[in-house]
Amino acid sequence: MTSSSEIDLARLARQATRTRIRSLQMVHRAKLGHPGGDFSSADILTALYQAVLRVDSSNPCDPSRDRFIMSKGHCSGGLYATLAGAGFIADEDLDTYMAPLSKLNGHPDRNKIPGVEANTGPLGHGLPIGVGCALAAKIDGASWRTFVLVGDGELQEGSNWEAGMTAAQYKLDNLVLIIDRNRIQQGDFTENTIRMEPMADRWRAFGWEVREVDGHDMTALVECFRSTPFVPGLPSCVVANTIKGKGVSFMENRPSWHHHVPTADELDRAIAELQGGAC
Amino acid sequence: MSRLVDCRDAYSKSLEEMASADPRIVAVVNDSLSSTKLKGFASRFPDRLINVGIAEQNMVGVGAGLANGGKIPYVCGAACFLTARAMEQVKIDLGYSNSNVRLVGISSGMAYGELGPTHHSIEDMGWMRIIPNIAVIVPADAIETEAVMQYSARHVGPMFLRISRIPVPDVLIPGEKFELGKALCLREGTDITLMANGVLVCRALQAAEELQKDGISARVLNMSSIKPIDREAIVDAAKNTGGIVTVEEHSIYGGLGGAVAEIVAQTHPVKMRILGVPGVFAPTGSAEFLLEHFGLTSEGIRAAALELLKSN
Repeated sequence: MTSSSEIDLARLARQATRTRIRSLQMVHRAKLGHPGGDFSSADILTALYQAVLRVDSSNPCDPSRDRFIMSKGHCSGGLYATLAGAGFIADEDLDTYMAPLSKLNGHPDRNKIPGVEANTGPLGHGLPIGVGCALAAKIDGASWRTFVLVGDGELQEGSNWEAGMTAAQYKLDNLVLIIDRNRIQQGDFTENTIRMEPMADRWRAFGWEVREVDGHDMTALVECFRSTPFVPGLPSCVVANTIKGKGVSFMENRPSWHHHVPTADELDRAIAELQGGAC
Repeated sequence: MSRLVDCRDAYSKSLEEMASADPRIVAVVNDSLSSTKLKGFASRFPDRLINVGIAEQNMVGVGAGLANGGKIPYVCGAACFLTARAMEQVKIDLGYSNSNVRLVGISSGMAYGELGPTHHSIEDMGWMRIIPNIAVIVPADAIETEAVMQYSARHVGPMFLRISRIPVPDVLIPGEKFELGKALCLREGTDITLMANGVLVCRALQAAEELQKDGISARVLNMSSIKPIDREAIVDAAKNTGGIVTVEEHSIYGGLGGAVAEIVAQTHPVKMRILGVPGVFAPTGSAEFLLEHFGLTSEGIRAAALELLKSN
């Protein structure tokens, strides 16, 4: 286990900034995408791929790899930029985002992109698949782990709670659920739509050990993920409190940026803010 | 008449044998140990039996995850819930993802008779066969069920196996191999072709016997492989016999009849009669009563064949 002092925070911050810039460029070029959620999850994805997951882009199908499942598949821009940063796809591939016949569909396809574990897009699919992965590792007595990233609005899908019960019943302490708690879903704030609080207590009631973390504090994220399982015998849930559109003043915490496509001017101003913030 | 066998026994016995030979085989159930006949599997392989409770969407996703982790999961439950309740997971987690999962839809068709249309599964062939990548197999008897199970361990990609609980006689020769995408000719004939699958194959054979007494030579094809389907056998039947009667324990829309008609209409149009449940929810009654009610008997098949030939 690597201690927090060994985390190269500057490198991780650069990658997170690059993920935000590249994903916003991709959305601008494709005229489609979900930049708000790309930005809220960018630090989580960076922490996972740069400092937590035992995955190898030169051997993406290694049976003993950790599994990461991007259940909020609509935030594919952030995922693809992260995968490029980790060497799974070429950076120039990102410029084909949603272009005709590109392997970078609007939602990830595991049969086209190395490193993608599950085809997601419709919500509520990732956690059941993650439970299956974790069960497979348990049956084999293997040490690889499964991480699933969901959106907070996504948890309105009942299949997540079915899977949550199964994970607790089977004591899947090799499974980590990460909730991107940005408090905004497509149409409005989550609490104005279908209330999701008390989020942490709900998962505790389902038999999970829960930690809350600042989803933009890279050190806290890495330490939190590295400290799983929080309690042996219990599945781990990380409520990552995030800000939708994090890093750009005019995008932050605005429901319209769920799938707003930036104009050329907005893209330039966003990149300037992000590059300024990274210095 | 030979023995009458519940095909579930053949599937569960096969699964246990296969699991003892291949540690990758696991079973997933939705609180359905009894109806899926997996109590023996559970006692022999307790660590490889996952009971997710009454949660079909989760069950199919868990199957996809187990396959991702290198397992060969058999996801077993009542066909009506396994398909309808989890269709998006079937489409995305299995079909689109091309996951190596076997769905075993138990007590399909109208096997749950008196329990009513909530528990009938007369849409599953249609739903399953329009999803890319998923093989759809409907075995005719215990012999074929066992052969299909043996094949399934070697298959790569998702499969849907439709297993009834209505006891049927043996129609295949013991030891017969299952070949994906191939129709099995059970009786040669030149005047008309009867195509059936599942529990109605034995009735199609009986109808062919009766038609022989009417002086009509009926070919009988067992169409257990709905997808992929044997295009060649269908075109040959269209060209070389006087018409086609399809027989299925399923809606007349989207199942065997639909699959055959799609090919016949585009290659060598001939008259067809599609026997099944005619686009209605079934009334109350036992499985046997309902099969009779909808004319899915040897006499009903014979009558449809005679009517078709008369109209030529």
